[in-house]
Amino acid sequence: MSARTTAEASGTSGGEGLARAFYRFRQNPLSLVGLVLVALLLFLAIFGPLVAPYPEHLAGEVSVLDRFKPPSAAFWFGTNEVGQDILSMVVAGAQVSLLSAMGVIVIATLIGTLIGLAAGYFGTWIDEVLMRFTDLILTLPALILAMAIAAGLGPSIVNMVIALALAWWPGFARLVRGEVIGLKEEQFVVAARAQGAGAGRIIFRHILPNVTSPIIVKMSLDVGFAILAVASLGFIGIGVRPPTPEWGVMLSVSRSNLPHFWWTAIFPGMAIFVAVLAFNLFGEGLRQALDPRARR
Amino acid sequence: MALLDIKGLRLAMTSFDGETEVLKGIDLTIPQGAIAGVVGETGSGKSLTGLSVSRLVPTPPGRYLGGRILFDGHDMLAASEEEMRALRGTRISMIFQDPTTNLNPAFRISTQMVDAALAVASRDPDILSLPATARRRQKRAVARQLAIEMLGRVGIVDPAQRIDAYPHQFSGGMRQRVLIAMALIGRPKLLIADEPTTALDVSVQAQVLALIHSFVVDRGLTVMFITHNLGVVAQICNEVAVMRQGEIVEAGPVAKVLTSPAHAYTRALMASVPTREMKRGDLSFSVDPVEAAV
Amino acid sequence: MLSYVLFRIALIVPLLIGLSLLVFVIGRVLPGDPAALAAGPYATAEQRAAVAAEFGLDQPIAVQYWDYVTGLFEGDLGRSIMTRRPVAGDLALYLPATLELVAASLLLAVAVSIPLGLVAGLTANRAPDMTISAGTLSAMSMPQFFLGLVLQLIFAMWLSLLPLSGRLPFTVAPPPAVTGFYTIDSVLAGQWHTLWLSLVHLALPAITMALAPIAMITRIMRASTMEALQQDYVRNARALGLSIRLILFKYVLKNAASATLTMIGLYVGWMLGSTVLVEKVFDWPGIGLYATNAILNQDFNPVIAVTLVIGVIFIATNLIVDLLYGVLNPKVGDR
Repeated sequence: MSARTTAEASGTSGGEGLARAFYRFRQNPLSLVGLVLVALLLFLAIFGPLVAPYPEHLAGEVSVLDRFKPPSAAFWFGTNEVGQDILSMVVAGAQVSLLSAMGVIVIATLIGTLIGLAAGYFGTWIDEVLMRFTDLILTLPALILAMAIAAGLGPSIVNMVIALALAWWPGFARLVRGEVIGLKEEQFVVAARAQGAGAGRIIFRHILPNVTSPIIVKMSLDVGFAILAVASLGFIGIGVRPPTPEWGVMLSVSRSNLPHFWWTAIFPGMAIFVAVLAFNLFGEGLRQALDPRARR
Repeated sequence: MALLDIKGLRLAMTSFDGETEVLKGIDLTIPQGAIAGVVGETGSGKSLTGLSVSRLVPTPPGRYLGGRILFDGHDMLAASEEEMRALRGTRISMIFQDPTTNLNPAFRISTQMVDAALAVASRDPDILSLPATARRRQKRAVARQLAIEMLGRVGIVDPAQRIDAYPHQFSGGMRQRVLIAMALIGRPKLLIADEPTTALDVSVQAQVLALIHSFVVDRGLTVMFITHNLGVVAQICNEVAVMRQGEIVEAGPVAKVLTSPAHAYTRALMASVPTREMKRGDLSFSVDPVEAAV
Repeated sequence: MLSYVLFRIALIVPLLIGLSLLVFVIGRVLPGDPAALAAGPYATAEQRAAVAAEFGLDQPIAVQYWDYVTGLFEGDLGRSIMTRRPVAGDLALYLPATLELVAASLLLAVAVSIPLGLVAGLTANRAPDMTISAGTLSAMSMPQFFLGLVLQLIFAMWLSLLPLSGRLPFTVAPPPAVTGFYTIDSVLAGQWHTLWLSLVHLALPAITMALAPIAMITRIMRASTMEALQQDYVRNARALGLSIRLILFKYVLKNAASATLTMIGLYVGWMLGSTVLVEKVFDWPGIGLYATNAILNQDFNPVIAVTLVIGVIFIATNLIVDLLYGVLNPKVGDR
């Protein structure tokens, strides 16, 4: 019974609400462009090695004769300093970028949501301690903090993902805390408490379902910036190392090929730009569709 | 001759549901020196009529379908924006309902009043009684002196000190006085007052009405007084027009309209004003205002 | 007002203590055995012990923290394990370069984005606004290191219009150090040619760093302008005959700008974070490049110091922004 009240309160749950949200999403052509690009990126991330024109190049089977070939019918994006097909590398890079970025966001969401739920629901000194700690993390730029943590943990992709997530969660904690403080006083929560439900049950059965849509919106908006952060760390030389086909690493390596072999830099760079833009457009569309305050 | 003469004014507004005609042929004349009430319920078009005279209805979404507004010999709907700006402040001024939001919270009252004074003086140098070639600095100093004078005139105590306050340091009634002072600093002929006392306490209301009235007596100001309150109309106006759903249903001298209303809607509006004879708790209307008008 | 300023400054103290603890934990506790890292993978146990003793790493963590904090008060940020040089001296050398770059980018960002946002807000949902809004969304998606590379490729390598990297050519001596900002120092010394050279070296990195903040500030300025235009006081000012130009550039701009200003603290933090990328692309000898090299060498004292300095700059910027906000918003300033 109480579960039904909760679903009603959220307003966007249920088939009708979703249909309306999708209708609003479709209204903006830019959101649709974002959706198509995101779908394409996900496809590449899953099937990348299968659709890459030269999968053997990824394994390092290359010919020295193919070094620095400019873009052509055979190599659409040209080849790099060891003769690898850049298109194949870019396609394979989607997997590394998207998987790490999503890993960062999922971990950051888990940490941030738990901390935000606890701070918002219990209030008092728990809120005070958790939020002061959150503010403290926010005084450091996420990239610098992630670099410092990654340096302490040692170089590896997993450590990089953990480091970025540890720098990323405060945004989610603040968002969830704000929502929870508003929901705590709602009738259905008060009613559940009056029925004798415990804190855990109220938080996870009644409050959490009503916070999901702002969390999902922030997650989708943040994936783009997480892709950017992963590529940034790759460019700096922390986390992903060559020869892993990662866009930031490819760009970093290409610097010594400029200005003559410009295609070794331009195509990986464009890949990052398009991927980030895709998630920004998609996330912005999702925000307008799901967040009543963003509507005009 | 009438100072303001509106003939057959028709205005349409575009909204999500399409275009709706909100003023359906308004005819209204206000003679020189009159205090003319325009009274009606929310959405009757009384505010849009006032804003139309100053041409402050944004177009789009607004669109004039026809009619004519003659003010002091100017055809207002045909005037360019530049010509309109020359009239605003010096010939026509306005005051609005909420004294809190109509003053800019980020600037001192002195800054806002001096800018208003300089704006009118740029078109009518006599206001500062300085030659047009005077230095900027000198103009500002004289404008400030004039602003202080005006503040004193509207009843702000110690105006030379108080003028440098920020709006939030004034009470609502004092802010409305400041807005009146700003509106009248350019010696306009017509003041359009759009619900100027609605947001104020009853005791302050009476003071502000008396203040507006004093300008009519002293300076020959003409006032278009927009309100939903017939009690206020009875207190201050000598002419009244009753509006409903974009039309004027009845107009004439206050004494005549309020003592022997010809239109059912006017009677209904009057019946909704509580009187001394009403019993406590008796809120039933003798006539339903909506049904009566149909 | 003065007591309010003092109150705000007092509030910073616990934040600084927390910050020092945080960076200390990241730099000294997280790596597990910093001495082993510092001594290198092939070091013997004795060599490791020697490094630990030299840097005080054989002490209990609490003692290490105490020593570190007391050192801070004497301006001692420890020494680099790689170069054995005092970190404070290195920072004094590199920090001005970063601050000059950040300041130039911030000036550029504000100068470009405020008018751009004003135009977008005034033409909301019409052609100029659509163009600007599409541009800002793209700019926010552009990776800075890629933008930097493209600008280098076009303007330095292909067109040879601007220098590729660095603060000055190797053949030119920096101006006598007063502020550490080459632009200001060369003006103070009257070295106009050096001023010109340092400005052209500053151009590409500053543009690179400013692009994303330009996009973000433009979006906020657009929203603030649209909101300010809806206000009653704008209509009232028009009804009194004030010119549109005066209303826009004096009344609307101040209200919109003060809403925008609150966000500038965030951008400074964001720019400080992006120094690691921009300084690497342009070989700009600032703390970002210094920190990157230290991190790659697992040289913990410089990492701790740079993180601490960036946190302190961020906190100070936000304090200044808050106090400025009080000046722009008389209601707040009265407290």
